[in-house]
Amino acid sequence: MPQLLQLFILLPLVGFFISLLLPRKNERVIAGLAIGVAVLHLLGAIAFIGYWLLNDYPVLDVKQLTVYQTEHLEIFVDFYFDKATAVFAFVGSLLTLLVALFSRSYLHRDEGYKRFFSTLLLFVIGYNLLIFSGNFETLFVGWEFLGICSFLLIAFYRDRYLPVKNALKVISVYRLGDICLILAMWMSHQLWHQNITFAQLNDAGLVSSHWQEAGNYAFFIALMIVMAAAIKSAQLPFSSWLPRAMEGPTTSSAIFYGSLSVHLGVFLLLRTYPYWGDVLGIKILIIAIGVGTSMIAASIARVQSTVKTQIAYSSITQIGLMFIEVALGWHVLALIHFAGNAFLRTYQLLVSPSVLSYLIHNMVFYFTPKKEVRQSRLMNSLYILSVKEWNLDGFLHKTLWSPFKWIGKQTRSLSNAIALLLLAILLAAGVYFYFVTDQSNDFTATYLPFALAIVALMLILGSFAERQNAKRAWLFIMGAQVLITLSIGLLHEEFSATYMLMYLSGAILASIIGYACLAKIASSEKDIDLNRFHGHVYEYPGTAALFLIACLASAGLPFTPTFIGIDLLFSHVGKSEYFFIMLMAISFVFIELAALRIYARIFLGQHKKQYHPIAYRSS
Amino acid sequence: MGSIKLTATADSSQQGLSIEAHAPFDEGHVLQHLKHYLPTQGPLKDFIHHNSLHAFQQLTFYDAIFKASKIFGYQSTLQLTEFRELHSTGRIKDGILQRVILERKGENAVAEWKGKLLQKEYDTCTTPRIGTLRAGWKEYYMIDLDNAVQPLLFRILCSYLDQGIAIWKFPLAEGGFLSSIIQLESNSFASFFKTKRAKELLLRGNFEIKELLEIVVGNEAYYEQYLFDQQFSHRGWSGIVSNIEEAPHGLLDRRKISLRELIIFELLLEIDALYDQLGNAWKPLSNSISAPPENLLADVPQTELHEVLRIWQDAFEQSYYDGVVAGIIGEKHKKNAPTVARSFQAMFCIDERECSLRRHIEYVDKDCETLGTPGFFGVEFYFQPQDGKFYDKLCPAPVTPKYLIKESEVMEKRAHEALYSSGTHSFFAGTLSTFTLGFWAAIRLIQNLFSPKMSPAISDAFAHMNKSGRLSIENKGLEDRENELQVGFTVKEMATRVEGQLRSIGLINHFASIVYVIAHGSSSANNPHHGAHDCGACSGRPGSVNARVLSFMANHKGVRAILQSKGISIPEETQFVGGLHDTAADQIQFYDTDGLHPANAKAHYQNLAAFEQALDLNAKERSRRFSSINTKMSLPKVRKAILDRSVSMFEPRPELGHGTNTLCIIGRRDMTKGLFLDRRAFLNSYDYRTDPEGKLLTGLMRPIGPVCGGINLEYYFSRIDNYKLGAGTKLPHNVMGLIGVANSSDGDLRAGLPLQMIEVHDPVRLLVIVEHFPDVVLNTIQSVPEMYEWYINEWVHIMAVHPETGRFYYFREGAFVEYTPLTKEVGTVKSIIQLVESAKEMETNYIVDATKENLPVYSIN
Repeated sequence: MPQLLQLFILLPLVGFFISLLLPRKNERVIAGLAIGVAVLHLLGAIAFIGYWLLNDYPVLDVKQLTVYQTEHLEIFVDFYFDKATAVFAFVGSLLTLLVALFSRSYLHRDEGYKRFFSTLLLFVIGYNLLIFSGNFETLFVGWEFLGICSFLLIAFYRDRYLPVKNALKVISVYRLGDICLILAMWMSHQLWHQNITFAQLNDAGLVSSHWQEAGNYAFFIALMIVMAAAIKSAQLPFSSWLPRAMEGPTTSSAIFYGSLSVHLGVFLLLRTYPYWGDVLGIKILIIAIGVGTSMIAASIARVQSTVKTQIAYSSITQIGLMFIEVALGWHVLALIHFAGNAFLRTYQLLVSPSVLSYLIHNMVFYFTPKKEVRQSRLMNSLYILSVKEWNLDGFLHKTLWSPFKWIGKQTRSLSNAIALLLLAILLAAGVYFYFVTDQSNDFTATYLPFALAIVALMLILGSFAERQNAKRAWLFIMGAQVLITLSIGLLHEEFSATYMLMYLSGAILASIIGYACLAKIASSEKDIDLNRFHGHVYEYPGTAALFLIACLASAGLPFTPTFIGIDLLFSHVGKSEYFFIMLMAISFVFIELAALRIYARIFLGQHKKQYHPIAYRSS
Repeated sequence: MGSIKLTATADSSQQGLSIEAHAPFDEGHVLQHLKHYLPTQGPLKDFIHHNSLHAFQQLTFYDAIFKASKIFGYQSTLQLTEFRELHSTGRIKDGILQRVILERKGENAVAEWKGKLLQKEYDTCTTPRIGTLRAGWKEYYMIDLDNAVQPLLFRILCSYLDQGIAIWKFPLAEGGFLSSIIQLESNSFASFFKTKRAKELLLRGNFEIKELLEIVVGNEAYYEQYLFDQQFSHRGWSGIVSNIEEAPHGLLDRRKISLRELIIFELLLEIDALYDQLGNAWKPLSNSISAPPENLLADVPQTELHEVLRIWQDAFEQSYYDGVVAGIIGEKHKKNAPTVARSFQAMFCIDERECSLRRHIEYVDKDCETLGTPGFFGVEFYFQPQDGKFYDKLCPAPVTPKYLIKESEVMEKRAHEALYSSGTHSFFAGTLSTFTLGFWAAIRLIQNLFSPKMSPAISDAFAHMNKSGRLSIENKGLEDRENELQVGFTVKEMATRVEGQLRSIGLINHFASIVYVIAHGSSSANNPHHGAHDCGACSGRPGSVNARVLSFMANHKGVRAILQSKGISIPEETQFVGGLHDTAADQIQFYDTDGLHPANAKAHYQNLAAFEQALDLNAKERSRRFSSINTKMSLPKVRKAILDRSVSMFEPRPELGHGTNTLCIIGRRDMTKGLFLDRRAFLNSYDYRTDPEGKLLTGLMRPIGPVCGGINLEYYFSRIDNYKLGAGTKLPHNVMGLIGVANSSDGDLRAGLPLQMIEVHDPVRLLVIVEHFPDVVLNTIQSVPEMYEWYINEWVHIMAVHPETGRFYYFREGAFVEYTPLTKEVGTVKSIIQLVESAKEMETNYIVDATKENLPVYSIN
């Protein structure tokens, strides 16, 4: 029976690959495929759950596939099934089917019809991988796919400025969540010396001995999990991304931000509950997040004057309550709450355009005008704060991104020639010390790796803040990756050349492809400054797609060897090397952001050549 | 023949609006300019079609579009490559192209210009004048003022104007927008502003725009240009503010706001952003600018490309017109069967969506007669539904009625939808509803998908007025007034309206025993633009009340007596019956049929069957454009599918509105009865014989420009530039404050028509064809300057058909000149069903593909 679990992933996976091959104009077949997959998925889920219930609903766990193995470490795919999986699988399959049916007509003749359904299938893969996952590695792969789907669906109308801007904004916050998970994974590797499965977490004795032995480290893991969950579920202080994500077609907003995607933080908490469920501090933290969020989001929801943002904040309010329920151990209640909220918000979003005629009609019969309203000073302040979303958006921008932008900007004073020279020297030094000399002294084992890592981070931030040359920004990323690999190689002997190659093979190939794409655009379009959006996808859709894949690959998305490379890399940094791991973590946040930023600025947004209708920037 | 040009007046008004860039800044003057150029679309609940470039209407069409394009960056015609493709696919006919070049350039230049049209490379990129000055902030200070200001500005504006989405409403102060903000800010611990400086400026009050501009811009010479840049960076919000300032009654929950207040507040937010991001390290913008201020509205020099595009557009239009002319000429030669006793007569709205229904009803019942007239049927009033707190205007938008019609004795209560309740968004009720309504929502969604049904959440054309309610049509005495409106019409007032209505369409004798008066409306689900599908002559609402009111009046004994004295003798057995056609669902509802005489009741019962059959056929004809429906299915199945579309939440095209409208034919039905016009013609009945001097024609033609021309041009511009002049695709739309739609949480309001409404439309100007002597038509259009402007400036084409010879005369540069079509004969079809079933659906909505779906004129045998 557990062997069947993989089918829930394989089915959409097959669907996704078929969808890529379908002709763009054949809507019937494109929608038919997605609906077919969704129907099978739902029937499968019902049958499986039914059978599982009849067999006294055991917790299932199966080690599916070993991806990579060394004597120290095994990376494997693991599936797991319990009541949380059952509820999320059923609600997910049902809503996917309903939304696919809705979209079949709704998206008729949309230029991105195929893009939409392919992304939907990719989303189904990611979602199911996540909810069926039996260990952090598997969960993380699903988590990453969801992030990319989000980016693609928010920037669905890629020829306008706001969707692209907001897609970047959302992926930035998501990326932070990804890194929290990576750090949690890293620390657990360090502590358990293996890939811990969720099934093992159910062993209360194991977990409690673990907390006793390494309380601080364990706390760190739990903290990272809570943070990742809060980000994914738009809890404080990250809430403001959710209303801004409502840029794609109404149906995609409905399934993503109304229902499934946004509840995955709750799922993560449910899944990891055995790990932190007995730790008061974590429980209080989660309850505090939940209480704070539900109060503040409720106040923001009250003042929203647009339909979709109102639904977004009402949904956040409910998810805050679910956090509390999970922390208190009321899991069945949380699951019912999730299902109800997911259905309600999906429905409300899908029919949100009809609110205009419904409410206006109501006004015709029930409206009583109010002339003047005076409120107390406190209420006035609350009102203003709520309209400003408690400054959450500005707060995130200021605290999270501005400092890094500032650091990045400092690289601007370097001229290309000097930058290249410095890079070459560092590289040569790194290579020399790694391959040629034996690394015994302090300089090669400690200082040089740190220097390399710091320079790598500077390069990445420089790329992130670059405003002029796209090619230069791209080269910065490429150089940074080599430096990072070298620095780890120097730091840890056992991080062998094979590992390095594994890491670099994906990243370097991707970098070269990406560079070629940029060079192609640069040669025909001259200016490819990053100071503005160029919208070249209008004329170069193929190049744009290729470049996007290169971006994702160089950032180590879970379809490249780079991903395993990153995993290996992290497994080699010891738990005492805080500073080093922070450098790595920040680097990986910004590699993807810098790459996607280049993609967005060169290929997305308003097309700079105005020989055809172009959207206003404010739309 | 007089061909007086009215360009003199047009020129002078143009001068009044041109700006002298270096003149001292005059606030009132600049505000007036801004308002003139901002979009005029009001809150979405009432959708009034209008020329999107109304601000340029005093110029000729081509001058206007090229100028607008240069100033604001709008795309103004199809792209050159598209025209060329249309030519190579044969949609633009080579013979017509040849003729257009010949007429415009002379015989010697044909080859040269054809070369230019077909091959020469042009740089077709536009760089608009707007926005260049304000871009200086980014250039010199690396600050993105739009990003810093707009999201919060829109949020505050939307909260202030919100009609009923927010649970916690904006605390209003008596004085209006700025007063309300001051009231909030002066008594609060928090602030919309980030810096003290801006807040102090606000609380000090008493501001002049000029003072704030001095801080932001500095040099007075740049003020006007800066304000244009600023306001046109979000023309949607500025436009709605300007509209609400001028017409506050457009909102049910009224708000006081002015463009001036918006500008002041925006400038304050800009000052705030500048201090916040740059500290004191900035100077007014003009200090950094070296270029002299630009006169945004200055004339645009003519280019060869303009000329090329103009010839293409003319050829594109005439390629269609030519077939229409040939078709009508062909009809003239057909032998018409002699008029027999009419089984019934039916008046419909001139709306082009009724063109096919009329054809089908005439086909089903060969003895009936159909007539077309603007769908408010000559009766203008406000309507108050029972328990309604507001009045609905039911007549063309520019008319201000003096009458009120009230509905009473309605038994049914309006139903509610719990899933729309604001409680679902609050903390406690919201939590309760997720546990309860949440699961109901899943069931509703499944219902919506698999068995769509009418519900309170759907705008239902038939719910505008209750069928069984009573209407206060007859005035009970002159003291019966409400809010300065007279309740109902006196008998004399009724007689005047009935007489005017009947005479205008030439229905003054040969009355059948039943005369139907059939209005139209449109049901649609999940559609903020539903008002755009209702009757334009009823201010974007269903015309059911008007149909019922006119029928009541025409059936009134006193009215008939007065009509008798004026020479219109309606036989006693003749009865008028009102009805409403739902153009999306293809259903008709009839009103007050209880009052029919037994003989008429029996006839009506038979007619019902005929109407049903006609509706089946109409549904079939419409279905060819809907890919969700297989047109070859049986009639009942197609009909059911059409009905389902109108109540489907997932269907962004319940119907296609006025898409494809191109013609307006004013004359007797015989001119067009045997033609297949593919639902592209507004048909207005008119009999030149009853009006030899054209006295009635003036009244009849006055609304053609603003109504039909307005619809046509709104479709034209929304089709040509759906991004800037249209509303873009509907799919991501977010309803803002119940007044409009935007693309996202922080976006600008989108005026114009959404993509889903315009993709079938060929961007072709309206051609008005009037059956009367050319000199009478000329006198008529010249009699009113505003009316003449539409024709002399070529926003609308007009041809006169000589009623005796059947020859066509094309109005060009002030005179009617004879027009001989190149098309010798139009194609013939035996059956519409066959034609419809064999027609292909567009592959994509790209114009070259899309236009293939629009069929040429056919003669029906």
